[in-house]
Amino acid sequence: MVVALPIAALVWSSRSGGVSGSFWDAITNPEALAALKLTLAVAALAALTNAVLGTITAWVLVRDDFRGKSLVNATIDLPFALPTIVAGLVVLALYGPYSPIGVHLAFTRAAIWLALLFVTLPFVVRTVQPVLLELDTEMEEAARSLGASERTIFFRVVLPTILPGILSGVTMAFARAVGEIGAVTIISGNQPYRTEVASVFILNRSQAGDPAGAAAVAVVLLTISFVVLLAVGAIRHRATRYERG
Amino acid sequence: MGRRLALRGIALSYLTLVLLGPLAMVFWRVWEEGVGKAWTAISDPNTIHAFKMTLLVTAIAVPLNTVFGIVCGLLIVRRRFPGKGLVNAFVDLPLALSPVVVGLSLFLLYGRTGWFGPWLQQHGVQILFATPSIVLVTMFVSLPFVVREVVPMLRELGDTEEQAARTLGANGLQTFFRITLPSIRWAVIYGVILTTARCLGEYGAVAVVSGSIQGKTETATLRVQEEYENLNMAGAYGIALILAALGLLVLVVMLRVKPKEEAAR
Repeated sequence: MVVALPIAALVWSSRSGGVSGSFWDAITNPEALAALKLTLAVAALAALTNAVLGTITAWVLVRDDFRGKSLVNATIDLPFALPTIVAGLVVLALYGPYSPIGVHLAFTRAAIWLALLFVTLPFVVRTVQPVLLELDTEMEEAARSLGASERTIFFRVVLPTILPGILSGVTMAFARAVGEIGAVTIISGNQPYRTEVASVFILNRSQAGDPAGAAAVAVVLLTISFVVLLAVGAIRHRATRYERG
Repeated sequence: MGRRLALRGIALSYLTLVLLGPLAMVFWRVWEEGVGKAWTAISDPNTIHAFKMTLLVTAIAVPLNTVFGIVCGLLIVRRRFPGKGLVNAFVDLPLALSPVVVGLSLFLLYGRTGWFGPWLQQHGVQILFATPSIVLVTMFVSLPFVVREVVPMLRELGDTEEQAARTLGANGLQTFFRITLPSIRWAVIYGVILTTARCLGEYGAVAVVSGSIQGKTETATLRVQEEYENLNMAGAYGIALILAALGLLVLVVMLRVKPKEEAAR
């Protein structure tokens, strides 16, 4: 009632008036296409940034030791606890027109990327961290005693173990980034063809009385979500295959 | 050693640049724009109504999703039924789906030309641009949190204790309240906290269905957007600060509950 029915209504209304006609027109509308392309590109970039920096952060939180580490660890969950519209405003405060450090990125694509980094930061860290915690350092020591360099140890021993965690974290971060609106709407300026992302496009269209145009783009996002869920399911399935024997 | 320090430097600067720096700035900006101006915006009747609206919606959505989450978790772990895989997939959907799409789906279902729209209009029931639609989308986006905490806990728990209770003559309800619920309570509480955070902060889905009518259907997050669009930065930052404080409070509670949940496993 809460989930399935509305989704059915969405898919149905996007195809009302002929699949080949209105849906295709709405989806190949240049503004819709530009918004979708921008969304996918920036979301992918944010997810990849998190793949690298999120993994490093997780590694530091597990293997390193320094004063205030538990506090740093606690702040990772902040984006989950903070309303996304606040996240957007927060990024604007540091990188906006009144930036105290002189970085003015508001209303650019870089700003969208930054806002997406803020909201997706926990995903990779929180999926990699538990795997690293359980990872036995004996294997790494064995490799080291056999003369492997640190680089070899990382790529041959550590990475293969944490890769499923990284992948599922990155995929969820990507899904989140594709759908994000609260954090983006304030800082992006929402200029059509330049900084308007897909979710903002949907909101604008539905408010402008063009639900069909909004529904077409929404169905694309819905499809992406399903693909992401399937991918994450497959990654988890593969990762636990060895445990199940 | 050098490598370790370098990695620590990278991780800490990343967190500072993306997370902590911006957050600290909000406090600074409220100060700079003037606490008085921020206070005027916060104590505005429309803002107070917006916060009341947010709290009302949260107060309805959280208990409903808690009950649903526990029941759904029990069904997924303890029962076999046709379409279980589908239920499992749909539960996770809100995590991967844009809240705007959620809002639009409801908009299309209950709108004037939607499936239920005409019937509802004839019977004088207002769902769209009114509290019911806000509650519905908020429930949708915050649906998975309790389920996802409860399911792994139930799996690890196994059902031996439940079966023992049954053989000793306990009925279903007794087993649930005396055995199952106490063992999963920290998972439920942690899920409830995450649900609450999500309900308080929802923006995209509510933006589509609420109509953002000042003093009526505007929630706190929509109010921030409104103040920002009216170029009242002091107001926007002021209201955001309160929401941020609520978020920090949620985070503190999360940190206190998490070890208990992990210990219970």
